[in-house]
Parts: sequence; structure tokens; C-alpha cells
Amino acid sequence: MMQNDLQTASTSRIDAVLARHPGAARDSLIPILQEVQEAQGYLSEDAMKRVGQHLKLPASKVYGVATFYNQFRFSAVGQFHIALCRGTACHVKGSAKVLDALKLALKIEPGQTTKDGMFSLEILACIGACGLAPAMLVNGETYANVTPDSVRAILHDCRKRSAKNA
Amino acid sequence: MSNIEVNGRTIEAQPEDTVLAALRRAGVRIPTLCAMENLLPSGACRLCVVEVEGQRNLVPACAFPVTPGMKIKTHTPRAVKARKTIIELLLADHPDDCLYCARNNNCDLQRLAQEHGVRARRIHGEKIRRPLDASSPSLVRDPDKCVLCGRCVRVCEEVQAVSAIDFVGRGSKTHIGTAFDEGLNVSSCIHCGQCVHVCPTGALTEQSHVEDVIQAIAAGDKHVVVQHAPAVSVTIGEMFGLKSGADVAGVLTAALRRIGFAKVFDTSFAADLTVMEEASELAERLTKGGALPMMTSCSPGWVKFVEQFYPKLIPNLSTCKSPQQMMGAVIKAFYAKQAGIDPHKVFSVSIMPCTAKKFEVSRPEHSRDGVADVDAVLTTRELAQLIKMHGINLKELTPEGADTPFGERSSAGKLFGATGGVMEAALRTAHFLVTGKELDANFKPTAIRGLNGIKEAKVKVGDKELTVAVASGLKNARTVLDQMLSGERHVDFLEVMTCPGGCIAGGGQPLGVPLEAIRERMQALYTIDKEDTLRTAHQNPSIQKLYKDFLGKPLGEKSHHLLHTHYEVRDVA
Amino acid sequence: MRSLKEQLTCCTKCSHSPEKPCRDLAKCLLDGPVCHTHPEAHEERRKSVQALLRTDVDRPTVYVGMGTCGIGARADRTMEAVQHWAETRNIEVDRVAVACIGLCSAEPLVDIQLPGCPRVSFQKVTADKVEALLDDVLAGKLSSELMLGQFRSQHKAYDAPFLDEHPFFKPQMRWVLKNCGIINPTSIDEYIAHGGYQALSKTLLTTPPQDACDLVEKSGLRGRGGGGFPAGTKWKFARKTVSEQKYLICNADEGDPGAFMDRAVIEGDPHRLVEGMAIAAYAIGARKAYVYIRAEYPLAIKHIRKAIDDAKAYGFLGRNILDSGFDLEIVIKQGAGAFVCGEETALMHSIEGRRGMPRPRPPFPAVRGLFGKPTVINNVETLANLPHLIDIGAEQFATLGTKSSKGTKVFALSGKVARTGLVEVAMGTTMRQIIFDIGGGVPNGKKYKAAQIGGPSGGCIPTEHLDIDVDYESLKQVGAMMGSGGLVVMDESTCMVDVAKFFMDFIQRESCGKCIPCREGTRRMLEILTALSRSRRNETGTAALTRFQGVMNLTSLAEVIRDTSLCGLGQTASNPVLSTLRYFRHEYEEHVFERHCSAGVCKELLHYTIDANKCTGCTLCAKKCPSEAIMGTLKTPHYIVEDKCIGCGTCVDVCRKDAVKAA
Repeated sequence: MMQNDLQTASTSRIDAVLARHPGAARDSLIPILQEVQEAQGYLSEDAMKRVGQHLKLPASKVYGVATFYNQFRFSAVGQFHIALCRGTACHVKGSAKVLDALKLALKIEPGQTTKDGMFSLEILACIGACGLAPAMLVNGETYANVTPDSVRAILHDCRKRSAKNA
Repeated sequence: MSNIEVNGRTIEAQPEDTVLAALRRAGVRIPTLCAMENLLPSGACRLCVVEVEGQRNLVPACAFPVTPGMKIKTHTPRAVKARKTIIELLLADHPDDCLYCARNNNCDLQRLAQEHGVRARRIHGEKIRRPLDASSPSLVRDPDKCVLCGRCVRVCEEVQAVSAIDFVGRGSKTHIGTAFDEGLNVSSCIHCGQCVHVCPTGALTEQSHVEDVIQAIAAGDKHVVVQHAPAVSVTIGEMFGLKSGADVAGVLTAALRRIGFAKVFDTSFAADLTVMEEASELAERLTKGGALPMMTSCSPGWVKFVEQFYPKLIPNLSTCKSPQQMMGAVIKAFYAKQAGIDPHKVFSVSIMPCTAKKFEVSRPEHSRDGVADVDAVLTTRELAQLIKMHGINLKELTPEGADTPFGERSSAGKLFGATGGVMEAALRTAHFLVTGKELDANFKPTAIRGLNGIKEAKVKVGDKELTVAVASGLKNARTVLDQMLSGERHVDFLEVMTCPGGCIAGGGQPLGVPLEAIRERMQALYTIDKEDTLRTAHQNPSIQKLYKDFLGKPLGEKSHHLLHTHYEVRDVA
Repeated sequence: MRSLKEQLTCCTKCSHSPEKPCRDLAKCLLDGPVCHTHPEAHEERRKSVQALLRTDVDRPTVYVGMGTCGIGARADRTMEAVQHWAETRNIEVDRVAVACIGLCSAEPLVDIQLPGCPRVSFQKVTADKVEALLDDVLAGKLSSELMLGQFRSQHKAYDAPFLDEHPFFKPQMRWVLKNCGIINPTSIDEYIAHGGYQALSKTLLTTPPQDACDLVEKSGLRGRGGGGFPAGTKWKFARKTVSEQKYLICNADEGDPGAFMDRAVIEGDPHRLVEGMAIAAYAIGARKAYVYIRAEYPLAIKHIRKAIDDAKAYGFLGRNILDSGFDLEIVIKQGAGAFVCGEETALMHSIEGRRGMPRPRPPFPAVRGLFGKPTVINNVETLANLPHLIDIGAEQFATLGTKSSKGTKVFALSGKVARTGLVEVAMGTTMRQIIFDIGGGVPNGKKYKAAQIGGPSGGCIPTEHLDIDVDYESLKQVGAMMGSGGLVVMDESTCMVDVAKFFMDFIQRESCGKCIPCREGTRRMLEILTALSRSRRNETGTAALTRFQGVMNLTSLAEVIRDTSLCGLGQTASNPVLSTLRYFRHEYEEHVFERHCSAGVCKELLHYTIDANKCTGCTLCAKKCPSEAIMGTLKTPHYIVEDKCIGCGTCVDVCRKDAVKAA
């Protein structure tokens, strides 16, 4: 029952996106996928099929495009989505160590989500905040000049916030 | 016309030439992996790089336009080193199992490595491994052997308009995959095997039935019979050093007997049967009404194409089974009975120019009471392997006649092997069925013959003038269908062959042949037809006898059960 | 205060609107009405423009730098604190969100301007410092530790240094960044008050498109995206290709790690880009233009979107712009995270909804580009140069710079440098001036090693070349390139092999995968580099031999990749390796032969020891050690068994007492 409800909700979200692009052609593919991901949190197979039908594009093409770009995800992200910038400035200022600390603390690799669904980890090319290197985003909020110590504190803070909300 | 200098020699080039086109015309060979005739260059493999005076980097000959007076050097140490390095880079990620590969001794990568003198493993590193996809009844994909030249993707999209596969992922994670990396069996793949033709390595091969056939013969408790399709006898010779188009039907029969097949049937006979049924169906649709245009249903790739992309047109497909399936049905239902053999004990093999036939036999509607019409399908290539395995050389055999429990074929059935052939054969008989007269000797079939992708002709049948169209290659078919649906084109009878050129260029045919060979194969079929005295299915006395003794009449009840089928809407991604 | 657009309907005679375009719109908005005399309307407009310029304010005004970097430094909280302060003190304050003036390391940046006083800039004004700072300034006290400097103005100056004499700003020449951090980027009126859209107006009304191409060609403006192709020449190629439809694309897919010039320009002064795009589109004959911008830049997207909407509402975009017969529609396309889409043909494929894989050139985009039509692709900075270029004229523009590189160049200065941020200097400025004068040199007493310029396609500039000019050709000569403007400074604690590895890792991840040399070659180069810093302890079989073979093949592989790759990404992929090899061969040799990394970066090559005096015996390191190489009992100093150590460095990371030493 719940599964069905979830599915219906997700279907109507995709419908809403597609309705914003009546008669769209292939050049709308990436914007539509972006909107679907925005609405759904990730791209489900069903969503990609629907987008393909809407644009009269084979699903293989939709999938081919979606897997080309870093932005698109194919599974849901954690409650706290951690994105670490691995640009040059961040690297020079020690983001590799920060990444090691994150991996060690979360026991996941980039692109994965912790088993409890609380954290997911992602590496970004460069977010253009080089002046604040190393930079990290948690659910879109920027943290500047992060260190292994500070990210451990940030993770701790996230866990605390989550416990409080629960 | 302009002159360019190649390796110090002046050659002529056309104004629109790429460097590669000019070089090829002048007989200067440089290696390529991704280039495809008649398609825009992709520039992916970089093997065709040459030195052009005034250019800082090496340039890809496939994509670089000719300019008058340009100076090209094709085999400088720099260019050769670059090519060799590229080959070494490919090998560094390759499984290195040539001895176990279906394409051993027939592989572009292997040949290039040999030609460039790769003798040491200079570049090492991790090899990326991906699972083999053997889910399809027709094709096997081995991503480990893939060099990502993209030719399969392009043929699937640009020639066949199917796009079952595409590039997936990016960078070193790039691979060729179906939508969502699922198995080919649940994809929109129509099993045509054109991808196998363009694959330079062993990454794409047919799903082999050779072992099944050997086992069935060896088991001894089965009556193993074989049928061979019209387009096989004019192509298999090529794999034994005969010239393209040489018709080896006689020696082929001899070879099949030596391998151990109890009976050797010619599918062309079933093609005659198909003509009878299909022409009757056309006549009925024309006179009594029914979905028009009627569309042929011999080509299983095309049938799946309609089922998944044009489900609304399913009623337009002729309900006739393909010749392979008709033959299979008649063998198990009639021949077995006549010969006093339990149909369960008959192991029916077909030799087809086609990989989609392997899919076709697996369709549930092609089995009755748990007995499949056809048990195993060998492609022309697999047959050659089987013949060679038995130490047989086609050149050394004396021709033998096919087993004719049903009698002879007409040459109309043989025409099925080329695009337009089904149409031509069916028109001969439909005209007779509708008017009682033979198709006017004045009807020149040239309009529906030849290698053009879309052909059209007007044929007067009685007081009606029919517009008939012939398409081969599914992109062309798509064009015709879309034009029909939009009202731009009127067609009464449409023949579609999945592969460009028809079965003579089918996905199961010998690999690596030039367009010229396909032309010669086609010509061979026309010659057979020209020289034959029995040129229509309805005049075939054996066909008449089969109806008299067993089937009753075309479209009759027996036919309905054995020779006709139905289709399903397919929801594929 | 009514907006400038609202003032256009000052009387019955004035009825400008996008539907009824007027040739004099730009002038009319700034100094109108121009077609008739209307003293009251003129006065209102004059006052509005004065207010927009903020030469004087009628109440205390606080400007907070709210660019991405500012927000990253929690400028949003600073802004809230200002609000809170105003409420508790019951003082009416104008709060203005500006973007970034460029000095990222000093964020959050706050400017305060009191009525009748100059605007004063303060640095590192975190929320907790707001109250004291504002109290002080209101009381006439300028806090010396936070103060950066005061703006020049008509008012009596404070007894304080001027901002333009600050070492970060003094050597700069700000043409493109003129308005960044000064104006409210979401206000078209402020842009107009600062002279905006006059260049477009001048071009449309007085310069035929062909002449506009000539003018830009004559100015010597070259593409700021990296290649340095003369902009005017590129325009002419597209201009002379006959076609019903042509396109202009602004490449704002700033993917170079370490570059954020385009982000800052769009966030800080989006109308400058819109105006530049309109000028370029007019010159080449395009009626539709695209801004291809990274989705990672949400704020920039917001600002450019608003700018496009406002420009359209004012009649600077849309149909029959300024009654010139020129139409232009600008569409925003968000990139989806693929560095290779900075390459022109890949970018066009991406806009078309395809995989961003490049295709061979020719045909060049100017002949066959987006949707098969002639297309010009210019980078943000190139286009943002146009309004100023038109304002001052080609001759004047060409007076600044070197023989072959004209105008200014914006750099994103980051890494191991005291003052990081966005700087714009005249071409011909030396690297030394940028890094040491503007950037303040390497902090913490460390020694300068190199600066990486041009990102993953560029090279490094070692100490001996610090006096090189910012100039397309000079940089090439030393094995670097101008690139888009990322400039990352590295000090003695940076390992150059590690830097090469970093870029190779980036490139092989971002390679589109289409052509073999780039896809396979960069991957193998990365493996070779990785093997250099792998400890013998973690090698098996013939790995050591393979490591040596790799080193021998490295250069040859690099050359083939450069010589045969399909697009610029692959052709330049080897540059960081070749460049570091050229200047820091000894570091490579140290890794290969001595198996040591003296910068202390390559963890596996380091020797780890525990300082018994610092170790409290907490056992944490022993617990976390993946190879059980750490021995010791609770509350006694631990020690590392070298034979077992795999050099992962986990012990260093987990130790809270700083007792583990790596050398």
C-alpha cells in the first residue's frame, strides 16, 4: 500500500515536470532530467523511460545521456548529502586528507550512502569557492576551510540534529 | 578535381573528399577502426592519423577535408608510432584470449597488432572487467573485448533506427550498454545482428547453436534434419575461398549429409508456401477487405520492430509465418507423420543468414504442444565452422540434390534472399490468384530489384492498380511507415527486410565483405531465377500436391494452424 | 523611488516600452527625457541616478558581499546580524547585498557608508563582530584591525588608507570586474546608472555589424577561455557563413578546477555579460543566444536569469532592440557536470541534449555548429570585456597590454598564498606581481615552489620564471598556458608528482571516453604516476619492474596522447605531467630512485614514528591501523613496526596528540 502511494506520488511529480515541457524536443532532455532529479531526488528507471517517451527518444539514449553527466544520480541520497570539492586549490590545501577522514568516519566511498541512510558522499570537480579551500557542502550549505577535525565535528553535529528531529 | 601530394606522389582528389577517401581511392592503405562507409566520421579511434604539412598535431584522415595542394605523409615514424601506441593501449585493456575468441584470425584488432609488430606488453595496468551479456537468444555481447569504436551504436541507430544500445558512462567507465544496463533480451534489440557485422573484434557474436547441433547428431536417438535458407547457398562459398555469389546449393547439401543430417531441405520450398499463403492473404485483403497496406512478415527483426515501435500497425502485418517457421511446422506436422517418426524425436535445424531467426524460433507461438517448430538455428558463419570442423572442403565435393519429400522449389522462393524478392514472388502469384492470369510479362521488376533502401512500383492486378513498396534497413522502413502514417505515401503492399539489401546481407552472413560482394550475391539470385523454368510458387506442382494431400487450401484451417501466427504488443524501453 | 523604467512614462510624450522601442532609450534612462524637455521628470531621473550611484546616502548603508564565497564564509549570518543590530538600536539602515569584490580570503566583506561620508570596506566581519563594528563606525571610530580601506569620494575622507591603495587592489586594472562587489547585481538600474547599456546602444545605432567585427578584431581582444583565438576573427568566420539562423553561445561552463572568474563576474555584474552578448550576437548576426552555465553555480544562474528578464523588460533584449531591427533572445542552459563540455563541440552536443562528446573539427562551429548552424562560442570574460571595449574604443583598448595580448586578464588566485581571490591585471603584468604583490606571497613562512596556471590543460611556473609576463605567447614558451585564469600557488609542502597525479586523475575522470588515446592513455598515465608513490611494501610480483617500465614510457605516452587526441582536453591532458617533469624532474627522480617524497605528501613513501613523549597510549592508532603495525598497551607509548606498516597515514589522521610523525 505504502509502496503504491510512494509510486503514485513519484509518478505525479514526473507528470508535473513533463507538463511544463509540452511538445519538447531533444534539446530539452537535460533540463527535464534536471527537473526530474530536483523533484525526485534522483533519476529512477521509470522516470527516464517516461522522459524518453515524452521526447520520443529511445530509453537507451536517455540513459546514455544521464550516465554521461556527473550531476545525475540513480539512487536516493542520504539525509545529509555531503559533497566535497576536489578542485586544485582544495587539493593543494589538503582536501585529500579531508576525504580520507570522511571515508574513515562514514565507512563509505564517494557515490555511496551509509546503510542507515543518514549520509551520502559525493566528490565535486570544483565548486568555484577556491578562496575558501578546502570547501565542502552539506545539503547545499557551504563549509569553508574544512579539516579532518572540523569535518568530524560537522558529522557529529549532523547526527545530533538528526537525533533531535527524530 | 584537385591534386594533393601523398608521400611525395601526386594523387587526384575530389573537392568534397576527406583525406581518407582520397587515400583509399589512390590505393594508400591506412588502418581504421571506427570509420563506416556512408556515415559521417566519428573520429574516435585515431588510427587513421596522418601528418599534414602545416598542422601541429597529427590529423585524422577520416574527418579531415582535402584542400588543393595539401601535403600528406601517411607512414612516417611519428604516425606509425602513434598508431602502434593506440593499439597497445587497446591491448592493455583487452582480455588477451584470442585463442578462445570467436573472431580469432578474423579480428581487426588482432590483425592491426600483427601488422604493427606489437611483440611486447609495453603498457600495463588494470583491466576493467564487465559481465558478459548472453541474455539474448540471438547475440552475445562481451564488453571486455569492446574497443568502443561505436560502430554498433551507429548501425543500430543510423541504419536500423532501433537504438537498443548506446554509450553509457564516461571516461574509462564508458561502455556500450542497453537502457539501464539491462540484458539485451529485455531491450529493444531486434536481433538483426548488423552490429556483429560492424564489430571489429569479438565483442559481438551470435549466440552459437553449433554445440546443440553436434550433440543432437551425436545422441543418435534423434532424427536430425536441416533446412537451409535461400540466401545461404550464394554466400557460404565465400568462406571457402569461392567468389561472392557462387551458388553452392549442391555441394552444401552434400556437406550437410556428411556432417550427419538425416534430411536436407531447401527453405526456398517453404518460401513458395509462404508466397501461396501471403498472396492469398493479399488477395483476400484486397477483395474482402482487411488492413492495408499488407506488410510482409518473413523478417523476424522487422516483426519485432513493428510490435514494439508501431503496435498500431500489427494488424497490417501478414499473419503468415516466415519460411523458416513454415518449413519447421510442415516438417514436424507432415513430414514426420509421413515418415512415421514421432515429432518429439525430430530435431529440426535451420541454417539462416540471420541472427534474428534464433529469436524467432524461441517465440512461444512457434511451438505447438511443447514441440518447437525449429530446434536450432545456425547462421551461415556457424555452418562454415561446422563444415570445417568436419574437415570438409566445399570445393572438393560433388553437388547433390536436396531431399525432396515435398518436391521441388520454384525460383520465386529463391528470390526471398534479396530485398524485393518476397514482393516479386508474391506479386507473380497474387496476380494469378486475383486474375487467373500470369503476371504480365511486360511487368519489369527492375523497380523493386537492386540495393536501394526504398523502392516503389505500380502493378496492375486485374482492374486495380496496386502501389507496392519495398524497404530494407529499418531506418528506411521507419521512413516509409512514417510517411504512410502521415498520409504522404500510399502503399497497398509493403515488403520490409530488416537488413539493408535483404537476407544476402543478413546478420548471420560472412563477416567483412564489401558492398560489391553483396551486389554479386544479389545478382546470383537473379541469375538463378532467370535460368529456372519453374518461376512461380503457384505453378510449383509439389506445392499444389502438398495442398492437395495435406493442407487443403491456402488460408484453410490447416494452414491457419500451421502456417499462420499472431503478434504481440511489446513494451520495451 | 520609482525604477528608471517606471519613469519612462513621465508624461504623455514619453511612452517608451519594449513594444515601442526607442533609439535613445539608454541615454533617456540615464539622462532623459531626451526627446522633449520636462524639467520635473529630468530632475527625478537625475536624483534616481545619483541614488543608484550612491555617491551619497541619506541613511547608514551597509553593503555585504554575498557572492558564493561570501555566503560560504557565512555572510548571510553577517547580514542577519546587521538587521538585528539595526532593530535593537532602532536605526534605519539600508542593507545592500553586493557580490564579491574579489578578496575572498577576507570574507565576509562588509562596506559601511554613512551619510556625507565615504564608503569604507571591512574584512572578516563575521556575525559576532557586527555589533561592535557598526557601533564603532557610527561613533566615528574606524576599527583598524578590520578595516581594508575607504573608497574615494566627494566627501571628506576619513583619516584612513584608501582601498585602491591596498596592496591587493593597487596593482589591479579592473575593467571587467569594475562593478563587482560595488553594485547590487540584481538591479538593472544600478548597472544603467553606472553607464550600463551605453555600449550596446552605441553599437546598434552607429556601427554596422561588419564594423563591429572589425573593431573587435582591431582591439586585439583574444578569447579568454584558454585558447586565445582573436575574438573578432572568430566572429567574422561566422558572420560570412550564409545561414538563416546563427547562434551565439556564452561558455560559462567554468570547469577548470581552481577557476572561478566567470562565476564571480556573473554573480557580481550579470548585466555586463548580457550587454556583451547582445553586442556579439548583433555583430555575427545571431538572433538567439545561449548561456551554457554550470549547474554548480546556483547563485550565478539566479543572477543571470534575473538580468536577462530585466533586460528584456527594459527593451535591451527581445524584439527590435532600440528600434534597430535587431532581435535577440537569450536562453539559459545548465550544464550537468562534465568538464569536457567546455570544449566547443561537446558543449553544443550538450545543448542539443546529447552526450557531451566532442566531434572532429573541421567543420568548425562558425561554419556548422549548434543544430548545424553557424555558431560562435565565447567565454564569459571575453564577452564581459565588450561593453568597456566599446566604451573606450579599439585603439584605447589596444594600448593596454603586450604586443600580442591586449587588455586585462582576470585570475582566480588561490592555494598557498596569503590573499586569495579574484584579481584583474593588465596583460604584461608579471606573475611575481600577481603572486607576491597582490597575493601577498606564500604564508606561514614557507617557500614558494610553483604556480599552476591554466588548470589541467596548463603548466606550472617555477621560481625561475616568476618574472614572466601575463601574455599568451610568453606563457606557452615556458610550457604553461593562459588558460581561463585559474592560478593556484604551491609551496614547498606541495609535491609536484602529486600535483601531476591530481590533474591526471581529474582528466581521466573527465575524459569523455570517446577517443582511445585520451580514454585509455590518461588512465595508464595515472597508473604510472600512482605507482611512483606506492611503497614497495604494497607491491606484489613484478610491480616494481612495471613501475620502472611505466616511467620509461611516460613521456612517449604523453606525446602520443597530445599528438592524436580528438579534442583539446586530450591534446593538453599531458601538459601538467610534461610541465612538472620539465621543472621538477628531481622530484620525480626522488620518488623513483630514493623512494622518498620530501614534501611529505606521498604517504606511502613516508616513514612513520611515534613520539613517545607525546603519546598517551590511548590505543586509537593501534585500533585504526589497517595492517596491525602499531604495538603498545593502554596508557603506555605505542610504537610502529616498520615491516608491517603500509604507509596509509591513518595513524597520523587519528592521533589527537600529534604524536605520530611522518617524514
